[in-house]
Amino acid sequence: MSGLSLNGVCKSYGPVNVIKNLDLEVISGEFLVLVGPSGCGKSTLLRMIAGLEEITDGTISIGDRIVNDLPASQRNLSMVFQSYALYPHMSVRKNLAFGLTNLKMSKDEIKRRVDEASEILQIGNLMDRKPRQLSGGQKQRVAIGRAIVREPELFLFDEPLSNLDAELRVQMRVELAGLYNRLGTTMIYVTHDQVEAMTMATRIVVLREGKVEQVGTPYELYNRPQNLFVAGFIGSPKINMLETKCQSGNGASQIEIEDFGSAEIARLGSDSTAITVCVRPENFEINGSGVLSAKGKIVLIEYLGSELYLHLELSSGKRLMIKAPSKAEHLVGDEMSITIDIDNCHYFDEAGLRIEPAKMTEAA
Amino acid sequence: MPDTTIANHELNLASQSVEAKNTNAAEISKQLRANRHKRESRQALLKHLFLGFFAILMLYPLLWMMAASVKPENEIFGNLSIWPSAFHWDNYAHGWNRMQVSFTTFYANSFLVTILSVIGNLISCSFAAYAFARLTFDLKKFWFALMMMTLMIPYHVVLIPQYVLFLELGWVDTYLPLVVPRFLAADAFFIFLMVQFFRQLPRELDEAAMIDGCSPYKIYWAIIMPLSLPAMATAGIFSFIWVWEDFLAPLIYLNDMNNYTVPLALRLFVDQDSQSAFGQMFAMSVLSLVPVILVFVIFQKLIIKGIGMSGLK
Ligand SMILES: Nc1ncnc2c1ncn2[C@@H]1O[C@H](COP(=O)(O)OP(=O)(O)O)[C@@H](O)[C@H]1O
Ligand SMILES: [Mg+2]
Repeated sequence: MSGLSLNGVCKSYGPVNVIKNLDLEVISGEFLVLVGPSGCGKSTLLRMIAGLEEITDGTISIGDRIVNDLPASQRNLSMVFQSYALYPHMSVRKNLAFGLTNLKMSKDEIKRRVDEASEILQIGNLMDRKPRQLSGGQKQRVAIGRAIVREPELFLFDEPLSNLDAELRVQMRVELAGLYNRLGTTMIYVTHDQVEAMTMATRIVVLREGKVEQVGTPYELYNRPQNLFVAGFIGSPKINMLETKCQSGNGASQIEIEDFGSAEIARLGSDSTAITVCVRPENFEINGSGVLSAKGKIVLIEYLGSELYLHLELSSGKRLMIKAPSKAEHLVGDEMSITIDIDNCHYFDEAGLRIEPAKMTEAA
Repeated sequence: MPDTTIANHELNLASQSVEAKNTNAAEISKQLRANRHKRESRQALLKHLFLGFFAILMLYPLLWMMAASVKPENEIFGNLSIWPSAFHWDNYAHGWNRMQVSFTTFYANSFLVTILSVIGNLISCSFAAYAFARLTFDLKKFWFALMMMTLMIPYHVVLIPQYVLFLELGWVDTYLPLVVPRFLAADAFFIFLMVQFFRQLPRELDEAAMIDGCSPYKIYWAIIMPLSLPAMATAGIFSFIWVWEDFLAPLIYLNDMNNYTVPLALRLFVDQDSQSAFGQMFAMSVLSLVPVILVFVIFQKLIIKGIGMSGLK
């Protein structure tokens, strides 16, 4: 098995640069998820790796070999498409075997591989059906089966679950994770759904407008987002962003947040005066009374069973999302006070880059 | 005790009124159904009268020809009635062998030209269409526009230069001028038809096939072709009909009667000045329609099958 590396990869359609000078190392055997908003170039990047799209500039190598000019079929990879792209006129069995027949593989070997894939994916009873006779979830399995039989070095998935209903999506997510554990092959998985990304990835790449915003484990992305975009993109419901005035002096920074008042914190590693403080919905203390408290009115309650999300309107009109335990008794229209948990805040400078308070930098 | 009887009594009353309501509703719905039925049958009658009238209008010439093919010679133009007074079936037998070359030869010629043309059209036009729909090459839009422009030029405009060309090549009085252009994708209409069809096939199928190790040629053959049966059948039907009934091109390029196609042969009946044989001519005309109808019926099934097969999304 071998890793994959992209060096200075660019892609433009005419004057439009879709991928901009992108560097990325994919470690052999990892489950890498490319995540980003629609239109940020995830599919384009994946298709360039697959060899379906020409590279405008830069190099792509698999192992030590530069594969820029290698046709898709010789890159030893499989791809699962969003629309499944099963051949409508072939039975499931033929769909699975088609690529292997093209490789002039022996009949016995083809049969062995097809049987194995059908066993792994439990599609044995569907083998003689045509794709139109399959449900969405079954088509998905067949598409994955078609990828498995090639026994590739690299799997590419382009939003494979986005056409499934919510329940099936969760189920297939688990199955895909199981498949990854079983095969241990390198996988690159594209999605715009950050929940999928968080649950499946060993590492996540956050893309925006053709650029890498951050690469890291799900834990790193959630707990140490490197910029405002990542902070806002990862995490559901969305992180709360508070515009803040900041005065940094010797050994301490004085921050002042509208509605919440001011507080002194450890010195931030930047002299910006206008920063953004980000607080996740679960990092508020309800009815707390520390520094940085604010009062607000509940305008909407989302009940999720295990927890509640409160939409709180502060006196300035700013709205926050607060997580509360599900047993808590809140009513729309109630006044409540909340306190920011200062130890679990994220700070970003004017350019949107992460800044660390001094003590955390020391600790790290 | 008294309480319960009163309660029971009330219950009875209630159930009675429910029953009354039910029978009432049933009657109303029956009435409505009857009304609707009456309305619908009146509309259906009007519709059928209207359609029937136009159907007869359209079919009249055909029926007239079929009737004329079995009428005695003097009755064809002299009698307004469509129904023949006597059935002269021997018009068919005599017509078949009236010329010094029999219609067997003409049919063989027609089939040769038509089948080769259909094959040529299907292969070459689908190749060209695949290129326009899927491959990338320089000036693609320009070539496509140029091809579409050939659709707008009437055949009669290019007739003479084309004749001169084929004369220089020494192809006159052979089938080559009729058949060879069809192998060179000269029929822009079919290319256009197929380009439109290929474009709606999802590109991801091609890409999946590419990863599965197919060359562009193999993609065309193993993926695009089998999925394009409806388009192929449509092109096949039209191409068969147009070539089969083509009169002008064979008239210009074929001189030897042994090479004549059926439409040319039919004209011979009119040329024979001495003795009129219209009954026989109509008999042969009726026969000349048979292959067209057969082809239509057979290929039409393919179109339907193709539509039933579309589970592309
Ligand atoms: N063939 C193409 N021609 C021109 N622009 C394209 C083409 N394919 C994709 N794009 C553009 O590239 C950008 C990235 O597309 P894509 O990679 O499909 O995004 P996504 O992240 O949603 O998968 C989009 O803005 C899209 O409009
Ligand atoms: Mg996409």
